[in-house]
Amino acid sequence: MRKKSVNIDIAFTHIFTRKKQTLVACLGVTLGVAVYLFMNSLSGGFSVYSRGEIFKNSAHIKIYKEDKISKPFIESSNENELVAIVNPQITTLSKTLVNPQGLLDKLKKQGFLTHAIAQVNVDVFYNNGKSQLKGTANGVNVLEADAMFNISSYMVGGSLKDLQGNLGGIVIGKGIAEKLNVRLNDNITVSSSYGITKTLKVKGIFSTGSALSDQSKSYINISTAQQFVKEGPSYVTTIYANTLNPDAAPDYAKALQQLTEYKVEPWQVTNADVLSGDLVRNTMMGAISLSILVVAAFGIYNILNMTVMQKINDIAILKATGFSGGDVIKIFVTEALVMGFLGCLMGLEVGGILIAIMQNVWMGPPVGYFPIYFSPQFFMSSFLLGILATLGAGYIPARKASKVDPVEIFRK
Amino acid sequence: MNQFENLKTTEQEKTAGSINRDVVLRTKGIGKYFHEPVKFKVLDNISFEAYKGEFLTLVGKSGSGKSTLLYCLSTMDTTYEGELFIENEKITGKKTDELAALRNKSIGFIFQFHYLLPEFSCLKNVMLPALKLGKHSYQEVEEQAYHKLEMLGLKDQALKPTSKLSGGQQQRVSIARSLINNPQIIMCDEPTGNLDSKNTQIVFDIFKQVAHDHGQTIIAVTHDNDFAKASDRTIELADGKITNYDKKNFD
Ligand SMILES: Nc1ncnc2c1ncn2[C@@H]1O[C@H](COP(=O)(O)OP(=O)(O)OP(=O)(O)O)[C@@H](O)[C@H]1O
Ligand SMILES: [Mg+2]
Repeated sequence: MRKKSVNIDIAFTHIFTRKKQTLVACLGVTLGVAVYLFMNSLSGGFSVYSRGEIFKNSAHIKIYKEDKISKPFIESSNENELVAIVNPQITTLSKTLVNPQGLLDKLKKQGFLTHAIAQVNVDVFYNNGKSQLKGTANGVNVLEADAMFNISSYMVGGSLKDLQGNLGGIVIGKGIAEKLNVRLNDNITVSSSYGITKTLKVKGIFSTGSALSDQSKSYINISTAQQFVKEGPSYVTTIYANTLNPDAAPDYAKALQQLTEYKVEPWQVTNADVLSGDLVRNTMMGAISLSILVVAAFGIYNILNMTVMQKINDIAILKATGFSGGDVIKIFVTEALVMGFLGCLMGLEVGGILIAIMQNVWMGPPVGYFPIYFSPQFFMSSFLLGILATLGAGYIPARKASKVDPVEIFRK
Repeated sequence: MNQFENLKTTEQEKTAGSINRDVVLRTKGIGKYFHEPVKFKVLDNISFEAYKGEFLTLVGKSGSGKSTLLYCLSTMDTTYEGELFIENEKITGKKTDELAALRNKSIGFIFQFHYLLPEFSCLKNVMLPALKLGKHSYQEVEEQAYHKLEMLGLKDQALKPTSKLSGGQQQRVSIARSLINNPQIIMCDEPTGNLDSKNTQIVFDIFKQVAHDHGQTIIAVTHDNDFAKASDRTIELADGKITNYDKKNFD
């Protein structure tokens, strides 16, 4: 214990007698760690935000009847017969799932699912006067759909509750309302390709932030939707399910695929394009923040390197009086660690303050507050990385110091 | 008139009984080459013994290899041929960490330039080798360091930073540092080279006291003939060879 403390004693004396250099090295780390933390929180915030956006329209798992495509040729077992070649075409006659209630019951028995709902999606035209808009009406059980997609959180007019049980009501996207020039409680005409046309009253308007879905999507009651396609109450096109852990959705989907012949698709597959964009952004942010951290570590390296050069006589004396190479390494690594530790702490503080400031920046709807993410995990990883970087940066000059040959120094 | 004349008598008494004294340091055929700029043999077949309690000086012309030999003896330079023994233990071939521990415990150093650590007080400079040794508590080490400084007449300077001391005072601090672990051997390379005659006398007195009263061995490289003459024994080097094991006549 005593032997250790003398190395630490020397390290701290070096630090206290060169406060300025220590401070400069610390500030370098502070900056590096702060930026690293901030960028990662930003990246994390964006991810959470973008995921939130995804889950406004996608459930964790979607079950639907996949379009079947006819084989391009019909083979024959008999050699005398010819092979018929036909143009491939979609052979699915109906998008309906057979016995949806049975499947729903099975799903609800799975422990890892939190919600499961049936939905009827209908391709429709929205009309108001002369203007017409193409889109998809989602026939849902309003309360269940709200529990799943949290629709009421992005309503900008009216109320989702007014649609509940109101077969003549509709909740439309903000884009539709603008394009058709309709307001709350106005009537719009909705027609399906089955020749059914209904006049529905706008009971609510939502804004998801995605122009595409705001300009095409609407919610109606499931029985209204079934009427649009001239089908009875057992007609269901899609089942949506939410899980305990969205990240594990692909695994859950595999498990569910055992229960049904219909296509079970996790949200990662449905939104692969968005996710790959996220990945690119996260990678870039990670690379930038990491390189800033490396630059900060380089500051420590520089300052310790300089210290070693200036203290080369002292190192020779220490070695002459019995300090080993290992002791010298300990002395300089301790110095690096102290600088790194102080720098990291200050960096976390500065980063934390920056995050807190950004969190209070109001971006306006639909984003709300600036999407930045306060996560203890990021604080931990920033701290560890900062320490690791300084350790690496300190070790190189420390090793150099440990290799100082006292004889060479004394000869000068 | 030799300023060390008055000490000569006691020295001669000691040499008379030197045959039976314990060998503290012994070399066997030490040789060393330098390869830059051209290969040449700087030390050639150096074999000698240093005894317990002996105040030994090394003399020779500039460039004769005195410093080079001292670095080999000090265990800091390991690139030599031949063998070195300290207290009958073979030192040649030991690992660098073992050598560091050995230096810490058994060898004290004093250099021509004082080489004190500038960030530390005099006291702390003296304490560091003992703290490294770790045999005594911090308080005990502090006490011992005060004691050594007192012995060298520096007690009142103990807490000053080393830069505030005169050259002679600094050299005495570095002597105190070399003594702190009570090493068997104290090696010095021109310890009085930068000192005036008064300070040289002080250093000489301390060395004599350390060797004769405490039984520690001093091996000092010097250019000062009077200093060498007054020591117990003088070994002379010329062109890397020992030319005299007990030089008596100084011109
Ligand atoms: N690193 C080195 N590389 C090459 N030659 C060296 C080196 N160090 C010393 N020498 C040479 O070795 C010889 C012995 O040098 P050394 O320093 O031991 O002499 P010295 O007896 O201590 O001299 P001085 O009394 O001037 O201090 C000299 O000729 C010197 O030039
Ligand atoms: Mg020399």
